[in-house]
Amino acid sequence: MNFTINGQSVEVEADIRSSLLDLLRNSLGFTGTKKGCDQGACGACTVLVDGERINSCLALAVQYQGRSITTVEGLGSDGALHPLQQAFVEHDGFQCGYCTPGQLCSAIGMAREIERNVPSVVTADLTAASVTVDETELRERMSGNLCRCGAYNGIIEAISETLAETSASQTPASSHERARA
Amino acid sequence: MSMQSESANTRPGRWQPAVTQDPMLHKHGALGQPVSRIDGPLKVQGKARFAAEFPYDGLCYAALAFSTIARGRITALDTTAAEAAPGVVLVMTHRNAPRMKAPSLMMSSPTAAGASDLPVMQDDEIHWNGQPIAVVLAETQEQADHAASLVRADYAPLPAVTSFDEAKKSPRQLDNLLGQPPVVEIGDAEAALKAAAVQVDQIYRTPRHNHNAIELHAATVAWTGDELRVHDASQLLDLTAGQLADIFGLESDKVRVSSPFVGGGFGGKCLWDHQILACAAARLAGRPVRIMLSREGVFRIVGGRTLTEQRVALGASADGNLDALIHTGIAAMTTHNSCPEQFTFPARHLYAAKSIRLAQEVADMDMLANTFMRAPGESVGTFALECAIDELADKLGLDPIELRRRIEPETDPTSGKPFSSRHLIDAYEKGAERFGWDRRSPTPRQRRDGEWLIGMGCATATYPYHRFPGGAARIRLTAGGQVTVSTAVHDMGMGTATAQAQHIAARLGVPLNQVSFEYGDTTLPRGVIAGGSTQTASIGGAVIAATEVFVEELLKLAGNDSPLAGLSLAEVETRDGGIGHRDDAARFESYESILRRSGRDELVCEADAPPPAEMEAFSMHSYGAQFCEVRVSEITGEVRVSRFLGSFDAGRILNAKTATSQFKGGIIMGIGLALTEETNFDPRSGRIVNASLADYHVPVQMDVPAIEILYTDIPDPQAPMGARGIGEIGITGVGAAVANAVYNATGKRIRDLPITLDKLM
Amino acid sequence: MNPFTYERASDASAAIELAKGNAAARYLGGGTNLVDLMRETVERPDMLVDVTGLPRGIEPRADGGLLIGAAATNTALAADSHVRRHYPLLARAILAGASAQIRNMATVGGNILQRTRCRYFYDNAAACNKRQPGAGCDARDGFNRYHAILGASPACVATHPSDMCVALAALDATVHLDGPTGPRSIALAELHRLPGDRPDIETELKPGELITAVELPPLPFARRSTYRKVRDRASYAFALVSVAAALDIDDGGVVRNVRLALGGVAHKPWRASAAEAALKGRPANAESFRAAAEAELAAATGLRDNAFKIELAKRTIVAVLGELTGDDA
Ligand SMILES: Cc1cc2nc3c(=O)[nH]c(=O)nc-3n(C[C@H](O)[C@H](O)[C@H](O)COP(=O)(O)OP(=O)(O)OC[C@H]3O[C@@H](n4cnc5c(N)ncnc54)[C@H](O)[C@@H]3O)c2cc1C
Ligand code: FES
Ligand code: FES
Repeated sequence: MNFTINGQSVEVEADIRSSLLDLLRNSLGFTGTKKGCDQGACGACTVLVDGERINSCLALAVQYQGRSITTVEGLGSDGALHPLQQAFVEHDGFQCGYCTPGQLCSAIGMAREIERNVPSVVTADLTAASVTVDETELRERMSGNLCRCGAYNGIIEAISETLAETSASQTPASSHERARA
Repeated sequence: MSMQSESANTRPGRWQPAVTQDPMLHKHGALGQPVSRIDGPLKVQGKARFAAEFPYDGLCYAALAFSTIARGRITALDTTAAEAAPGVVLVMTHRNAPRMKAPSLMMSSPTAAGASDLPVMQDDEIHWNGQPIAVVLAETQEQADHAASLVRADYAPLPAVTSFDEAKKSPRQLDNLLGQPPVVEIGDAEAALKAAAVQVDQIYRTPRHNHNAIELHAATVAWTGDELRVHDASQLLDLTAGQLADIFGLESDKVRVSSPFVGGGFGGKCLWDHQILACAAARLAGRPVRIMLSREGVFRIVGGRTLTEQRVALGASADGNLDALIHTGIAAMTTHNSCPEQFTFPARHLYAAKSIRLAQEVADMDMLANTFMRAPGESVGTFALECAIDELADKLGLDPIELRRRIEPETDPTSGKPFSSRHLIDAYEKGAERFGWDRRSPTPRQRRDGEWLIGMGCATATYPYHRFPGGAARIRLTAGGQVTVSTAVHDMGMGTATAQAQHIAARLGVPLNQVSFEYGDTTLPRGVIAGGSTQTASIGGAVIAATEVFVEELLKLAGNDSPLAGLSLAEVETRDGGIGHRDDAARFESYESILRRSGRDELVCEADAPPPAEMEAFSMHSYGAQFCEVRVSEITGEVRVSRFLGSFDAGRILNAKTATSQFKGGIIMGIGLALTEETNFDPRSGRIVNASLADYHVPVQMDVPAIEILYTDIPDPQAPMGARGIGEIGITGVGAAVANAVYNATGKRIRDLPITLDKLM
Repeated sequence: MNPFTYERASDASAAIELAKGNAAARYLGGGTNLVDLMRETVERPDMLVDVTGLPRGIEPRADGGLLIGAAATNTALAADSHVRRHYPLLARAILAGASAQIRNMATVGGNILQRTRCRYFYDNAAACNKRQPGAGCDARDGFNRYHAILGASPACVATHPSDMCVALAALDATVHLDGPTGPRSIALAELHRLPGDRPDIETELKPGELITAVELPPLPFARRSTYRKVRDRASYAFALVSVAAALDIDDGGVVRNVRLALGGVAHKPWRASAAEAALKGRPANAESFRAAAEAELAAATGLRDNAFKIELAKRTIVAVLGELTGDDA
């Protein structure tokens, strides 16, 4: 099977039953992406596929051949933290850190959804030309990522700050995507 | 007493628990600062390696098959299809598992770590629905999972007690409640209750809960000859190593367990069957093994919090003094574990009452061993007690905070011991002001916003201080002035590593960036367990002791050519990267200089913590006031927590940032306990039905408002660093604060957790 | 998970050809339900035919309706500007379901054919007539908070968990199928079956049939429509009860037309025809709404844990219709 992972093309032999998550963790050693349920119910396994966030545990790897996958390992560039990673550290957006890779990828995927004017269930005006980002919007949009340590407040603070600092033209994207742009 | 003061005289300056204070009590420096987690960059980059992420050559993957009956015998076990499945390396059952000693119950000996003392896969007996009956090892996880699904078992079931209603008909008396008497009686509380002017007498129920740390329980294990290496997700490293050595008949130094990162613990990340089975299978197969439980597997073989049924009865005079305080009840348990869910503990220390009766029993069931989960006892005990206090305040027509002011005790109400430090009313007052408690209407149903009724509630949080004996710490100073402190403790996200680095920097007077804190590995000096909010104080005790040895050694090395010549431990302090006379700024020599002059390139000192005498002499507890505002839909009964504030009196706060997160994390788990969490145990089969994160509802981002945290930051004079431990207090009182707010919003008392919408329609 | 072969279909006929004659073949959408059930060994296909390469367009029709390719993702459909403007209840229903990640993966076809979330169905150790016909039903006297209050049978009390389908039922959506015996169409409201004594047969699909598209007829008054979902936590949870509604009121305040469907209450998305009939021509006020709700739920029966849903459904219907009557709707 062929994939582009964090900008690098990768060829790997894998069990046909392998999820994208197990492929990353067990076959390729990208252990940054975490498994919390294997049922689509926690979000720890969130990765970006062509910039969109998905739960890699319910994704059969075979179905994602040829796609461009970004994991937590691919967020920073040249050893430097992505601004969102930095903000997570500053706002204590985690405790044990196990849900964190999923939260980060999810937040970056979310920023792209907001940029594309994808609504959420709490969006009051579905016909508005753009999403008005407030805390409720962020909380609803990040509800697919459980954090049992309860770092929810810090996560929202980190995301709000990073979103505010990134201009509309430059929403947070993965490093290789930014590099290509 | 005289012994102690004598030794205090002969060794002035040494910290003597209950006699002298930690000299660090009022020293600041890096302590208390909101330092960001030192392991933060690793975690946000996905570089922190968790238990299932250690690579080994020839590694095979494990999967388990579970029993589907609650009690009985396996009559047939067909593993042929599993053995024939592609990639399978080994199928292990009770028939071919190596002979292993059963674990011993935690706390029954210094190396006991068993959550249950049942033998693990040694015979055909089934003790609970979900017990592992086979382990499959295969080349890939997919192959192992598939093969495990092919294992077939037949059973001869035996009658099983799987209904709590049945079980509680034959309650069992405990001979002790975690070392405390299970029954406490002061006066005739039942008679005083009957005679009291105002009475509250209610039954409260709390369901089973599961920890559900997001990291699935996992271990990577490898044997080299008779040496066993275990990468675990553990909050009791040394006990696990000792227990595994015992189970496999090894010398304890042959087992090394490490766990540098743990993806959440909350009491669950202890020694359960999966680590033992992985070690056994690895030995049998002669290959390293990785086991990562499925989420269902976690529900099947890692115990959770048990259910309780509690009676709280309060008798009061019209002016709000307690004539009677009764807290009794029963919790489900098994005959093979040691966790009775001590829900009557809060009532032993919180309020003054003329007569008191506290008693709890257990109802034995055929089920997976229940275990400790964040604030065992206190979390659910405060739900009952603090709801009852609120009900009493309501009946008395008193503000619930005013009632607590009136029943604030001067000394511990059941032991009579002095409090080491207690500022509960302070915490209430600060919290009330900040929260806008004065805007609460004492009468329910007075505030609304459209269909949403709004109410406020408060409740007391409390959790005991504990310091476990037996921990040690090692200080290593190198020529460059770098200090490393090592002890086999744990950081499951509590911020231990960061707070201890700050602590060591402050205690030794060195900059934070010259300090390393080593933990998470049994090759380090013996550590204590991460449980009962005890780690911080326990490490503190060991580091104090090691620091004293360290300073004495340095004074010796400094010799007569030093400005320190002739000074004793009591006369000096650590500062500015060295040792100086307490009162003479000029008499100082840096660590580096002492080492250099003595021709050493390093100094290593190790010491054991002194026994926790402070716990004997004082009643030591953390306190807090939890404030909650809820919105309840009058149409659907849905409850939303719209505001929450926790105001804590937990002693000295070592790191403002990570401590705030700990408090919030506890509160959020408390919101789950209040509103959404319940493990559905099917009384017909004894099987957990909602064994998934889609069906067991832990709070999600949308359930949690911005939470505010206040703390008194008053050092406890009896605790190392003045810090009492903060891991568990956050969850206590939350259930009651939410329930009391729901009452204030709707006029309905819900005494049965969780407060789901159907109960409010 | 059992082993299987995987094929990616380039178009509908290729997909049908691949799966033809193989009862153990399954079409694979986003996999968010199928992969989960395969891991539990509840589903044991020996072949997966990936249909995510099928048309995923969302195209307005000349008549004002909408044609939605079966492979369109849930997110794409909810974010579509035509849907948001003309069928807001559909956008809201989709957005009320699952999480953003799952909505990004899930397809329209897969969402329609997702299976029940009954835990006894998921647990091979439990008795379930749906999983194993004749085995019995552990849910009837077990934990059944999420189970049916309408249209259930002694054999099965499971619910269909989809939010999207509730809106589709209210909108009179048509499902376009193709299969070994050729293309055909069926009303969404008739696609799913009530359990009866064969709860294992969940839909009217014939062996090997594929959903190719969903068509929405024009419904101008659906601009005034919404979806309300009542659940056990504030997000990322299945419905206890949900209500999709569109309301058309004339100048005199009388209900000219109404669409109403319920979720979380039955083995299929429940079109509330009795309530609709009771409402038409009645004044748009709380009494009429309540009477309509009573009419719809008259036949409802509760089980151990879910009897409250009867009243909850009534109240939610009244609240949603009330909201649509309000000026700000
Ligand atoms: C944790 C969790 C929470 C969820 N919460 C909600 C919720 O709140 N509300 C809600 O509505 N849903 C919820 N879902 C369910 C989710 O919406 C469905 O899993 C999803 O819509 C299924 O779409 P899919 O494309 O992934 O389907 P798949 O899993 O790929 O397929 C599902 C079924 O449809 C069949 N199929 C797929 N495409 C076609 C086709 N074109 N023609 C014929 N057959 C086809 C498959 O063979 C399979 O039987 C949740 C799921 C999870 C895991
Ligand atoms: S591991 Fe994928 S959602 Fe939990
Ligand atoms: S930081 Fe531990 S689960 Fe989120």
